[in-house]
Amino acid sequence: MAEFKLPANSTIGEGKTYKAPAGAKRVKAFKVYRWNPDDGKNPVMDTYEIDLDKCGPMVLDAIVKIKNEIDSTLTFRRSCREGICGSCAMNIDGANTLACLKPIDDVKGDVSIHPLPHMPVVKDLVPDLSQPYAQYRSIEPWLQAETAPPPDAERLQSKEERAELDGLWECILCFCCSTSCPSYWWNGDRYLGPAVLMAAYRWIADSRDEATGKRLDALEDPFKLYRCHTIMNCTQTCPKGLNPAKAIGKVKQMMLERQG
Amino acid sequence: MSSNSNPSIHIRRSPLGRAKGLGAAKAGSAHWWAERVSSVALIPLTLYAIFSVVALGHADAAGVAAYMALPWNAVLFIAFAVTLYHHIGLGLTVVIEDYVRPEAQRITLTFIVKAGVILLGLLSVISILKLAL
Repeated sequence: MAEFKLPANSTIGEGKTYKAPAGAKRVKAFKVYRWNPDDGKNPVMDTYEIDLDKCGPMVLDAIVKIKNEIDSTLTFRRSCREGICGSCAMNIDGANTLACLKPIDDVKGDVSIHPLPHMPVVKDLVPDLSQPYAQYRSIEPWLQAETAPPPDAERLQSKEERAELDGLWECILCFCCSTSCPSYWWNGDRYLGPAVLMAAYRWIADSRDEATGKRLDALEDPFKLYRCHTIMNCTQTCPKGLNPAKAIGKVKQMMLERQG
Repeated sequence: MSSNSNPSIHIRRSPLGRAKGLGAAKAGSAHWWAERVSSVALIPLTLYAIFSVVALGHADAAGVAAYMALPWNAVLFIAFAVTLYHHIGLGLTVVIEDYVRPEAQRITLTFIVKAGVILLGLLSVISILKLAL
């Protein structure tokens, strides 16, 4: 059966508290998930009090400040700090999002920060995303065509054909959506998850691609595609405002269409 | 899960190998569509069944038999029973696929559900026919 309780060595304890410096006026507490693979201990929630007058506006600014000034052992991924690399995807205030796009002021009370749910944790806020990356590779996310491209030009698309890809190409593969999906939690080893299914549809919808039927064949499966029960957590949580649930719906519609 | 003090690796297969798994089953769309069609069909059929039961509220056995002897009533009740059990079977299968592991247990339970709804469906159809004929 699916596991509904955390294993004993995953239950989260109370961690250390780092007080705000004396004289701080706008203090906000950040409760951060900490787990170290090397010390053999259970994960804990450490509390860091931050003076917001001396911190940037986004949650990423706060955790960078924690790492630089308070506790250099805090581990997380970040790169572009402007919502295009997808590195700083984490669960903030109970919802998956990008730390760099999440304003601290959006959170009432303490800011709780966990790694993306239901993925193996490498350390602290760093999840192991090997599985979704491999699933992304499995849908062959590149253009496949038998027709040779024009010798001295690009493959052309009409404006209408190009518009079909809007809302799909913007995905940065942060996997906020897949890791927010209960179906992906229970059956992630077989269900591809919203991010990968939207990526699959991005190529199915591409007018230049000639492998549409093969791509649909590869998704025609009770687990790979049909674990989607239109729960819509994916669409609600997407930090880029995209709609993976709609893309999955389009794939199901095409499955039906080709049966005549 | 292995304990923190005794880590061990049980899987050496590459992530891509695991992601591809056994490949696509080439099934799923018919199941998904049948779920939707049967649920829509059950709206009028359920209303009809409720309406019939209310209308027959004070009828005796002979009255119910006479009602079922009208061909359209028997046809609609059989359609109701078949659609209902088909829908129950499809829905329970999805629940089992979602939550039941390991595979052997899942396949066994799916079989029990399928056998169960077929038997119950046949029981309903034969009972209706017995009244109707």
